[in-house]
Amino acid sequence: MPAPYVKEADPMHPCFSPEQQPSPQTLAGQLAGLTAAEVERSLSKPRLEAEDLLALLSSAAEPFLETMARQAQALTRRRFGRVMKLYAPLYVSNECTNACVYCGFNRSHDIRRRTLSLGEVEAQAGFLADQGFQNLLLVSGESRKSVPVEYLRQCLLRLGPRFPELSLEVYPLEAEEYRSLAEAGLYGLALYQETYQPEVYAAVHPSGEKRDFRKRLLAPQLAAAAGLRQVSLGALLGLADFRLDAYYLGLHARSLQKQYWRTNVALSFPRLRPATGGYAPPQPVSDRQFVQLVAALRLFLPDAPFSLSTREPESLRDHLLGLGFTQMSAGSCTEPGGYPAISAGVGERPAAAQFTVEDRRSAADIAAGLERLGFEPVWKDWDAGFAAAATGAEA
Amino acid sequence: MDELIIAGRAVKSRLFVGTGKFSSPAVMAAAVEASGAEVVTVALRRVDLKQPADPTLAALDPQRYLILPNTSGARTAEEAVRIARLARALSGNAWVKLEVTPDPRNLLPDPVETLKAAEILVAEGFVVLPYINADPVLAKRLEEAGTATVMPLGSPIGTNQGLRTKDSLGLIIADARVPVVVDAGLGAPSHAAEAMEMGADAVLVNTALAVAQDPVRMAEAFGWAVAAGRQGFLSGLGAVQGQAEASSPLTGFLDQSKK
Repeated sequence: MPAPYVKEADPMHPCFSPEQQPSPQTLAGQLAGLTAAEVERSLSKPRLEAEDLLALLSSAAEPFLETMARQAQALTRRRFGRVMKLYAPLYVSNECTNACVYCGFNRSHDIRRRTLSLGEVEAQAGFLADQGFQNLLLVSGESRKSVPVEYLRQCLLRLGPRFPELSLEVYPLEAEEYRSLAEAGLYGLALYQETYQPEVYAAVHPSGEKRDFRKRLLAPQLAAAAGLRQVSLGALLGLADFRLDAYYLGLHARSLQKQYWRTNVALSFPRLRPATGGYAPPQPVSDRQFVQLVAALRLFLPDAPFSLSTREPESLRDHLLGLGFTQMSAGSCTEPGGYPAISAGVGERPAAAQFTVEDRRSAADIAAGLERLGFEPVWKDWDAGFAAAATGAEA
Repeated sequence: MDELIIAGRAVKSRLFVGTGKFSSPAVMAAAVEASGAEVVTVALRRVDLKQPADPTLAALDPQRYLILPNTSGARTAEEAVRIARLARALSGNAWVKLEVTPDPRNLLPDPVETLKAAEILVAEGFVVLPYINADPVLAKRLEEAGTATVMPLGSPIGTNQGLRTKDSLGLIIADARVPVVVDAGLGAPSHAAEAMEMGADAVLVNTALAVAQDPVRMAEAFGWAVAAGRQGFLSGLGAVQGQAEASSPLTGFLDQSKK
């Protein structure tokens, strides 16, 4: 066979890096110089380029917030319909080698640490299954020692039969590790860069493996290259200038979409809330700014799934939902073992939480609330039957 | 009697409807009913065939509707075939709308994998209705492979753009020996009528109903549009003239020379 014209991209070479982009200082200057006319031009384009995203993120776009929100809602509705996909996080461990200044799992915090046994993971998952969840996000602190890849693989194999859609939010892995987890039935990966500005990144991640900015940046594309169906990106809002991080985030997503076109690139929008340790975000993002950045990114990425966090309070979540979100977590609990123990032997009290959940409604209440707002809650949006590994079926 | 026959089965309505994106199963069921459709697609990704209480399935009476499960989400022939087999094993229904869409954003069908999957499924006795781009050669290849229909798209799924592929659709309709169901991109009743006037055998609509202000009313409107478009096609549309010209400047001399 002749060689293809486009060589397979080297997964070890980042398809996006903020270093290839204008510096934060240059971008800040461009943002400040944008005018209402430029915002209007961007809003009238059928397909937005990077410069348009920047315009919509600028303060010049603030007077157009209602228009942006309307367009974002219309696009989302057309592409995704009047449905909201529900998932639940399952925290398997809060052991962590990092010292991220904003996180409740920071290793210097004197909190109860634990990693659930596989039996406990199954028991916790059973509680979630009984509530109707078929879509789980397994989350852990970053500790390869406490949560080795083989443990994650075992979790996937044990939960696969009950949960067609399983995703992970853990430390960055190597390419072959993602491949082995994909074979074990892994659907998606969530891995947030936190901030795309290396200087800020270094300041808020003073020690631990997470200091490696580039390794974190590379991980989503390794996961996509391994064939995962979805990778979710995000910036932790509040750490740095949200306009810059939202811009880099949009470009990161776009470059992944182009290179790994079979993988869904999703976005999450974690906004800093008080955690154990009482971290005050240095550049808090207001509700108004939050709406602006979500709408701007929706217009830039019309087809990307957007996830709304339980970090946001109920009243706000109800208003935000229609603006571009397609999925949300429900009934969340961010401490390992925090869901009611339903099997004998899980008598231990839960360990400490990563952050405070604001929306504390049960899954059933959230589903009922969605119906009142005119959304069909979707519990199942994938079927294990697609993958041979998860079912043991042969083609 | 103007009957649509697919794989030997007479289908009452030439409007097929999808069940995704609605605000609730109740609204979906009401819209399906108002549309008059008999063929109703459901995504195997979304429904749980093992659960009789699955909200989508529970809302649709299997006696009234021909449930057409689709393989949306499959990225390869292998995945589509696997999910189709599982679905048939659980439901006993051998009809399948074959969708192989490796690109999760535009959801455009992969022609190579679709043909491969169609060949396997036809050989296994499935009634295969493949979702394809409006590619006339692919349509013929699928017909030869034994699919029950071809389902070319009018424009990318969910875009409501109407018949952007009109020229190619015309070629497919002209040469097809199996029913042609125009699927995807029909955003307004007039788009559906246009497809039917062109001679399409049926159309499939989902997003336009699900995201309408009033999905039930829109479903009814599509039902009328499909019927009207079909009547228009059958009654022989007048030829479209490029110019309003009563005289014959080029051939008029033939008559003059006789005089």
